[in-house]
Amino acid sequence: MLDLLFHTQMSLGLGQAAAVAVLAIIVAQFAARRGAKIGREIPLVLLRGIVQILLVGFLIAAMLRGPWWTGIPVLIVMIFIAATIVRRRVPELPGAYTLSLLCMAAGAGGVLTVMTLLGIVEPKIIILIPVGSMVIAQNMNIQSLFLNRFLGEVRSHRGEIESALALGAAPEHAAESYLYASFHASLIPAIDNLRSLGIVWIPGMMAGMVLSGTSPIYAALYQFVILSMIFIAGAVSCLTATYLVPRRIFTPQQQLRRLT
Amino acid sequence: MTTNAAVLEARNLSRTLDQPGGPKSLLRNIGFRLDQGQVLAVLGPSGAGKSTLLRMLNRLDEPSSGAVLLQGADTREMDPRNLRRRVGMVMQQAYLFPGAAAANVRYGPAQHGIILNDSQVADLIQQVGMAGYQDRDVATLSGGEAQRISIARALANQPEVLLLDEPTSALDDVSKQEIERLLATLVRERNMTCVWVTHDVAQARRVSDLVLKLEAGQAVGFGTSQELLHA
Ligand SMILES: Nc1ncnc2c1ncn2[C@@H]1O[C@H](COP(=O)(O)OP(=O)(O)OP(=O)(O)O)[C@@H](O)[C@H]1O
Ligand SMILES: [Mg+2]
Repeated sequence: MLDLLFHTQMSLGLGQAAAVAVLAIIVAQFAARRGAKIGREIPLVLLRGIVQILLVGFLIAAMLRGPWWTGIPVLIVMIFIAATIVRRRVPELPGAYTLSLLCMAAGAGGVLTVMTLLGIVEPKIIILIPVGSMVIAQNMNIQSLFLNRFLGEVRSHRGEIESALALGAAPEHAAESYLYASFHASLIPAIDNLRSLGIVWIPGMMAGMVLSGTSPIYAALYQFVILSMIFIAGAVSCLTATYLVPRRIFTPQQQLRRLT
Repeated sequence: MTTNAAVLEARNLSRTLDQPGGPKSLLRNIGFRLDQGQVLAVLGPSGAGKSTLLRMLNRLDEPSSGAVLLQGADTREMDPRNLRRRVGMVMQQAYLFPGAAAANVRYGPAQHGIILNDSQVADLIQQVGMAGYQDRDVATLSGGEAQRISIARALANQPEVLLLDEPTSALDDVSKQEIERLLATLVRERNMTCVWVTHDVAQARRVSDLVLKLEAGQAVGFGTSQELLHA
């Protein structure tokens, strides 16, 4: 009976994927005729997307058979990869990789650890991997936003920062107001997500849970938990960055580095 | 420290940048010594290295070699924050911090644990010809007024040496004259030792005792302004 259901679900899934892929290709062909240069790219992107996500599906399926803690190294690897992506966004910042690795380990890593210990995130692969990857991915976005904004502020306020140094200010103090401004700006999307939750958007995770038969009420509460975790992880990682990043933009002689 | 040490001395100051495509020399072997109350004008075309020299004197830029001595003591041995309190700087633009004029004047001393009272602030603001402007939002000030507040902000630290990086060159002609006169008077009244970067030869003649001419990072002339500018 279960076997039979699995079988139909599988073929149904493949059929659905094929249908949307065909539709996407048709749309891309129309767009290509209007001069958009996506005609050739789209089939490849679709193929790549389905292969990647299927691999993850197979990986999770395989891991489901093993103990739950095999999810931990997977999430740790994700944080390392996220740090390389953040670094690519701020190539001008010396030591950006280590910095964002530490910040996200404190943020996403810390929150996921605490939540798992508290039992808010159940130690099951089927929960740990999707929830963990969502928190890490959002933490990565918030972290890049923070560093990007901060470096932009520093670049456009060199005069003010050096004036503060020239008056004898400590480097962290000279950069303080720009740290706070960036901290606030980088968390706005996470805060707005909480604000608009359920009204403007019903997030994918909740939609997925409802689709797979979970009670909509529980799915709603769980979605709130996840968005709160994203906010907490982002806030902790950026807060950590406010302590670590001044050391990267100032020299030991308390001079503002030229960030090019 | 010897009793006859110069207030400010630069010895063989050089700054070279490591750049992809080879090192770039910004300044080579610059030296001078200033006694109490002397004003040194640094003259030279754009890109000659004038700002670079000035910024090495309060260590906003790091010298690659050579030394800066303040009252005979090597500035590399000092806490940069302490050095910068003793060697004040006024830049081409005011770069005031958002907020009231008074908060700007209080900023420097506050960095060293000194809280100026209202009458001390009023006094400093009055000395730069802005009496009564304590509570003004600096965003509403004109260029000349902002520069006056930035001068008061620098003086609030009671610096022993004042560094001026083309303090009048971003201003209109009238403000230019007023700010030059204000600075010249303040420096003379307080018998302050001063390094004044300018590209205006006439200004250098009016305000300085000594002149250093820079070209492409090299000193091409050093002497009294009598010798170099009044000939
Ligand atoms: N960090 C840096 N990286 C690369 N080049 C630099 C750097 N700092 C200064 N320079 C170069 O060093 C030279 C001297 O600069 P500096 O600002 O000291 O000139 P200046 O005499 O003050 O010119 P101006 O009159 O235009 O202010 C210029 O060619 C400048 O481009
Ligand atoms: Mg200059």
